[in-house]
Amino acid sequence: MHELSIVASIVDTVTESVVAYKGARVVEVRLRVGALASVVEDSLQFCFGIATEGTALEGSRLVVKTVPVVMHCAGCDADVELDGVQSFRCPRCSEPCFDLRQGRELEIEAIEIDEMNEVEETV
Amino acid sequence: MTTRIVELRRGILKKNDELAAGLRASYAAAGVLVLNLVSSPGTGKTAFLEWTLRELRTHGARVAALVGDLETDNDARRLAASGAPVRQINTHGICHLDAEMIGKHLDGWEGVTLGGLDYLFIENVGNLVCPSSYDLGEKIRVALLSVTEGEDKPLKYPTMFNSADAAVITKMDIAEPCGFDRGLALRNINEIRPGMRIFETSAKMGTGMDEWLAYLEEKRGGWNG
Repeated sequence: MHELSIVASIVDTVTESVVAYKGARVVEVRLRVGALASVVEDSLQFCFGIATEGTALEGSRLVVKTVPVVMHCAGCDADVELDGVQSFRCPRCSEPCFDLRQGRELEIEAIEIDEMNEVEETV
Repeated sequence: MTTRIVELRRGILKKNDELAAGLRASYAAAGVLVLNLVSSPGTGKTAFLEWTLRELRTHGARVAALVGDLETDNDARRLAASGAPVRQINTHGICHLDAEMIGKHLDGWEGVTLGGLDYLFIENVGNLVCPSSYDLGEKIRVALLSVTEGEDKPLKYPTMFNSADAAVITKMDIAEPCGFDRGLALRNINEIRPGMRIFETSAKMGTGMDEWLAYLEEKRGGWNG
């Protein structure tokens, strides 16, 4: 259950990032989470609701995109996508794969914000 | 109101990763081999480490250990009996060690400097999920599982086993009464992390420990700072 620490770190990063956009409101936070990242979306969503209270992220949506595991298969000399995380073998040739190319991601891809227009600001 | 998408592409654990990179550089500069031991609670990390520290000291190696636990300092006291310097990290409810905790506990550790060590062991909090996300700057991550835990542990915790560099099976002395299926356990580890070195050990009987010590020496020897 380290999802709360992860969400706290998301809140910090997004809060810092929106400082540059005066009066902006965060509408959506988009994450990329690898299939091997060891985080559970339900827990993230639960913690997000709590941790964003009273911050610039309050009321925003958390959208989680799962990134599949991609290994490099030496035999096929190709990057191959695995169906799951129960067997690290090439789905084409069944040989074991040693070289992980994708699947551990845990990153904030983008945020969607509502910015106040200059006109509105001066009113 | 104008809606705008701001691309961030920022690692959520960036702060930990940066701190870990700093630690890794300082371990390399000091020429100390750092290992991070991870397992479920009750696997026998402490018994295994106790044995390892004692044996390495007998062989003249300079060793120390940082040990993570939610509350008590029981493990640190057990490990200190080996004669090696040991420092307890109490996480007070946090389920993993992170790079910041390691850095803080390396600072001001009385009588211990990285440059004065050959090996530094970090015994993580007993948990096979959360510690997998936190790089401590270690050179080698060791995942332990005991014969009492079920041969499918690697399948249940693929992230941890896939991110490990070596696996240690503990309590081999009671494998038979536990009905431990050795072949199945080895196959499962190999399915999740093909080719990973696997040590079958009993800290109580000393089984498999020569091979483990030889591995440590080999890794230490190949460590060029």
